Amino acid sequence: MAGRIPLVLLACGSFNPITLQHMRLFELARDHMHQTGLYRVVGGIVSPVGDGYGKQGLVASKHRLAMARLALQTSDWVSVDDWESQQADWTETVVTMRYHYGLMAAQCHHSKDPPTNEQPASDVPQLKLLCGADFMDTFKVPGLWRDDHVEEVVGRFGLVCVSRGSRQPDRAIHESDLLSRHRQGIFLVREWVHNEISATEIRRALRRGHSVKYLLPDSVIDYIREHNLYTQESEMKNKDVKLRPLAMQAIQD
Amino acid sequence: MAPQEKTKLVLLACGSFNPITNMHLRMFELARDHLEDTGRYRVVKGILSPVGDSYKKKGLIGARHRLEMARLATENSDWITVNDWESQQSEWVETAKVVRHHHAELISSEDNDNDDVDTVRCGKRRKLEQNKSICQSSYINTNADTPQLKFLCGADVLESFGVPNLWKPEDIEEIVGQYGVVCITRCGSDAEKFINQSDVLYEHRKNIHVVREWVTNEISATHVRRALRRGQSVRYLLPDPVVRYIRDHSLYSAESEQKNADVILAPLQRYTSTN
Repeated sequence: MAGRIPLVLLACGSFNPITLQHMRLFELARDHMHQTGLYRVVGGIVSPVGDGYGKQGLVASKHRLAMARLALQTSDWVSVDDWESQQADWTETVVTMRYHYGLMAAQCHHSKDPPTNEQPASDVPQLKLLCGADFMDTFKVPGLWRDDHVEEVVGRFGLVCVSRGSRQPDRAIHESDLLSRHRQGIFLVREWVHNEISATEIRRALRRGHSVKYLLPDSVIDYIREHNLYTQESEMKNKDVKLRPLAMQAIQD
Repeated sequence: MAPQEKTKLVLLACGSFNPITNMHLRMFELARDHLEDTGRYRVVKGILSPVGDSYKKKGLIGARHRLEMARLATENSDWITVNDWESQQSEWVETAKVVRHHHAELISSEDNDNDDVDTVRCGKRRKLEQNKSICQSSYINTNADTPQLKFLCGADVLESFGVPNLWKPEDIEEIVGQYGVVCITRCGSDAEKFINQSDVLYEHRKNIHVVREWVTNEISATHVRRALRRGQSVRYLLPDPVVRYIRDHSLYSAESEQKNADVILAPLQRYTSTN
């Protein structure tokens, strides 16, 4: 894989809780990016959203981080990062991307001699946002995204989107002028095995006392049980709270 | 209902398990939840019974490996077990015979238990024998302590009951009528339709438990083998120890997929020639 562009995949989300499906996204995306012949995936980052996001049923990031760490214990290339969740207020995805890219660039410059003009920071890996197809639909939700942020995420960094089941992410691209303009920055990965383990369904099963074995790693199931994490009460958290990005947009308008 | 009044159940799943996937394991979990939610059953055991090599399915690798993978996959389960009886038979065994075998095992292990307690249980055993002769034509009801055995399958198996020459009609009758079926249906598959379209299934519809799988999790073993042949990751679709085992033994390749390529499936061979 010499001569290929090194690439790090970043997944942002609630991870409430992390499921095998989340980890599948990474595996599928890596295979796909390798098959392009252009990239060499050197790392994956799971970045759970902070508690300030205000999503209904979102349990504390302390637990969501711990579960993600347990789940990824056996992965040799995907890791968990707590920067986003440790910020005082909810952080836009693009801000998280800027942070991770800055970190990578700084690490590269540290370990090497100072970059010369002929060889600018060429060994700094690229950073792309990894997401599921449902994520593409969020671009359409009024007030959820700022146009310049979409522009930066898709145009400057790039997107790797894994489509599940009947979702059609190419439609979401087609229906958005902004996304269409940056079509070459979007990699669509087709998931042939329909494996729609949604965290919402997992929490529902847990509330009802149903088994979630083989949908989550055993270590995560043990953690949920020990901390009695997903209950009727936890699902009522943030029930009537406006999602933080929507609230922020409302203030700006 | 007190736990001791509930009917004890054992679930038996037959199949290639080539290789076993998380979805196969999920079927057991979904079935147990559903049956126990009815308040009438307590599921005490699950049995995975991989088919023998003489089944002659395309790409079917040796039972030795399929058994070992199933064992690795169920290592962390406290109720699902792997049984090699079916795969150790010299010829392909009809599913009805496999079900019969495991039912006989349940009865005999129950009898052995009774032997330990002799006098008190003796009357019970006599009663059990009487029950057996009375109930022979309908559901197999032995004494209350002997678990019932039910056949666990996906909607595709229910659908396959309608494929000509794949099943003997009397075998379907026996499995559905005497033992009972627990069928996991995925979104889009219509178990009710298959039941309605088959007279024998319709007749025994009360003995078929349809469990709806709300989380779509269609990990087919065919897909897993395809991904493996192409060098793609199958992590998180199979338990990690199984992924490791496949890698260590380089199990699924273009060659292994050509096994039995031009061979007729054992049941089709057997039933077509007798027609």
